Amino acid sequence: MTTGHDTAAASPTKEGGAAPARPPAESAAEERRRARLSRRWQRDVRWSPYAFVSPFFLLFLAFGLFPLIYTGWASLHQVELTSPTDMNWVGFRNYTRIFDDDFFWNAAKNTLTIGIISTVPQLLMAMGLAHILNYKLRGSTFYRVAMLAPYATSIAAASLVFVLLFGRDYGMINWALNHVGIDNIDWQNDKWPSQIAVSSIVIWRWTGYNALIYLAAMQAIPQDLYESAALDGASRWQQFFHVTLPSLRPTILFTVVVSTIGASQLFGEPLLFDANKGASGGAQHQFQTLGLYLYEQGWVNQHLGRASAIAWTMFLILIVVGIVNYVISRRLRASS
Amino acid sequence: MRARTRTARRRVVVLAAVASLGAGLLAGCADDGNDDSNESSGGGGGKTTITLGLFGTAGFKESGLYKEYEKLHPNIHIEQTVVERNENYYPALINHLTTNSGLQDIQMVEVGNIAEVVQTQSDKLLDLSKYGKESDYLDWKWKQATTSGGQTIGVGTDVGPMAICYRTDLFKAAGLPTDREEVGKLWAGSWDKLVDVGKQYQKKAKGTTFLDSPGGLLQAILSSETERFYDSSGKVIYKTNPAVKSAFDLTAEAAEAGLVGNQTQFQPAWDTTIANSKFAAMSCPPWMLGYIKGKSKADAKGKWDVAQAPKSGNWGGSFLTVPKSGKNTEEAAKLAAWLTAPEQQAKLFAVQGSFPSTPAAYDSDAVKSAKNDMTGDAPIGTIFAEAAKNIPVQTIGPKDQIIQQGLTDNGVVLVTQGKSPKEAWDNAVKTIDNNLDQ
Repeated sequence: MTTGHDTAAASPTKEGGAAPARPPAESAAEERRRARLSRRWQRDVRWSPYAFVSPFFLLFLAFGLFPLIYTGWASLHQVELTSPTDMNWVGFRNYTRIFDDDFFWNAAKNTLTIGIISTVPQLLMAMGLAHILNYKLRGSTFYRVAMLAPYATSIAAASLVFVLLFGRDYGMINWALNHVGIDNIDWQNDKWPSQIAVSSIVIWRWTGYNALIYLAAMQAIPQDLYESAALDGASRWQQFFHVTLPSLRPTILFTVVVSTIGASQLFGEPLLFDANKGASGGAQHQFQTLGLYLYEQGWVNQHLGRASAIAWTMFLILIVVGIVNYVISRRLRASS
Repeated sequence: MRARTRTARRRVVVLAAVASLGAGLLAGCADDGNDDSNESSGGGGGKTTITLGLFGTAGFKESGLYKEYEKLHPNIHIEQTVVERNENYYPALINHLTTNSGLQDIQMVEVGNIAEVVQTQSDKLLDLSKYGKESDYLDWKWKQATTSGGQTIGVGTDVGPMAICYRTDLFKAAGLPTDREEVGKLWAGSWDKLVDVGKQYQKKAKGTTFLDSPGGLLQAILSSETERFYDSSGKVIYKTNPAVKSAFDLTAEAAEAGLVGNQTQFQPAWDTTIANSKFAAMSCPPWMLGYIKGKSKADAKGKWDVAQAPKSGNWGGSFLTVPKSGKNTEEAAKLAAWLTAPEQQAKLFAVQGSFPSTPAAYDSDAVKSAKNDMTGDAPIGTIFAEAAKNIPVQTIGPKDQIIQQGLTDNGVVLVTQGKSPKEAWDNAVKTIDNNLDQ
């Protein structure tokens, strides 16, 4: 037994490499005690890291992986919200029907167009704002905080205000447009106006956030680059295009990826913008996004199986988008 | 040795911290409903606490009914949680029922959802036929909450007998009669006549429309039919039912002729048309008067009156149900029956304007002498009581709300935006069919 203890005690101290050399003459009891401690220490070193990271993985298992798999399982069934345990196997029918589900493809198209209308101007404006804020300004902290204020506003509150602003008969925007001779625009019911209106909520909310990210990256650009560019006779514009933009490339990529993810999950703004309080995204589904369609099928129409299939299809589409993003970003990195 | 005890102690501290954090997480997952009732029963000093889950403005608390019941039954303590909109309340209720957790002792159910609850959740709910007295309630109201097996899982709170509210000043300006009897005669018996009166009105309308919205008119016509979206065997027939198509077509005709405002009900813009007196009449259950009052400007007081609708129908109303999973189902059932008994419903009408589902209440003074600021001296209690007695027994189905909303928001509303009635119908049918397809 004792020898067993000895070998067990010896190996970890060698592995650890930190055990000081011990004087050989020690009582057997002390030896055993050491051996016990050392074994405990060994186990500690080996397993503690797992214990420390386990909370995340346990939570992920319970609230991430399990729902993901369960949703996949549910998507192969006909399940109604009124009795979620009562499942009828239907195979891939919920997926195959998506191919000729006009409402799904309409929602996919809307998600894409609203995503473009909201992301492109948003990032361009953020870049412009960041560039302005990068100059020495009086009260720059105030401007920075002010820009972040929309981001700190709740989507619900913001959307409700925007619904009032975009009202057809009594909205402030139409009122202002009337003054310059433009007739009332039906921001709710006409396709493009409604998509622009929804996008404007997104733009309002996220431009400041992106501007601050750009600003942080701009401030990390070494001043000497600008100085040498100025010495070479570069104008402000040339400095912006040939010094600022190339240095911001990774940051721009990051904001593009984050905005793409955000745009593909767009949900709260179109839900609350719909004055009918339904989830159909307008009378003719003119601004229904994929997220909203998923919600409508699952929680309004109570078809959990169909909603699960939509969720998984969205997931697969997002993976494809992610791969495209990755390939493009690698190309960009390789070219620079 | 000292070093060892210190690390041991530290480990104990860390373990304790982890344990308490973990406990905190678990507590976070714990059932809120139970926490509530524990706390309140502690505060109530050994009393039995009954909790109610409600939506909208049920008004039990506001009209002092809880206090009265607590006085009659000193061992009972009543608490309520209220969600503002049924759209948010109902999905949560269904989730709680299917998982049998997080339920209050009494749960309110809206008439648009009662058929679905009766058909799919009745095994989770207590049979209340022993507690409420069937003869007290309107026949059709009682039947709506009764399963095919004869269990009555909900007792009716209020009903929405529909009449037509109209602006006497605008009617007068358009050369129409203003007396409620004469106005009622103009369109008695047929919705076509109502639309004809609308055309007459519209000739002298001066920037107003005859009715408020296409949705209100469609709702009114459909609610006066005995059969609309489902037949008595539970089959969906909205597409082939001539009554639904003709209601849709008549509404579309009114919309094309410009008789209805191009609004959707209960939206801010619609509220503004009430405040600005932009329309002359609307289909109007008793609770609508409260809504009009809330949105009108002071100068509209007393300018409204109420006439009988061409045909009577019901719009709105709710039920109280008692989930079996509750701790005090017996006491909860007694309370639900008491809250919906004729005397209490009469009081509720006087304070809240929710119209009783119990005909015995119609003869009470509270109903007979009821008045509303907007309608001046009109005896609204008597008018609505007469409408209530003529309401047909309507076949209701689980997805009534989805079909109704599809026909309105994805249908007739489009006609006010310049689409043809056929386009609107096709769009509505396509949407509804997709929404119903499991």
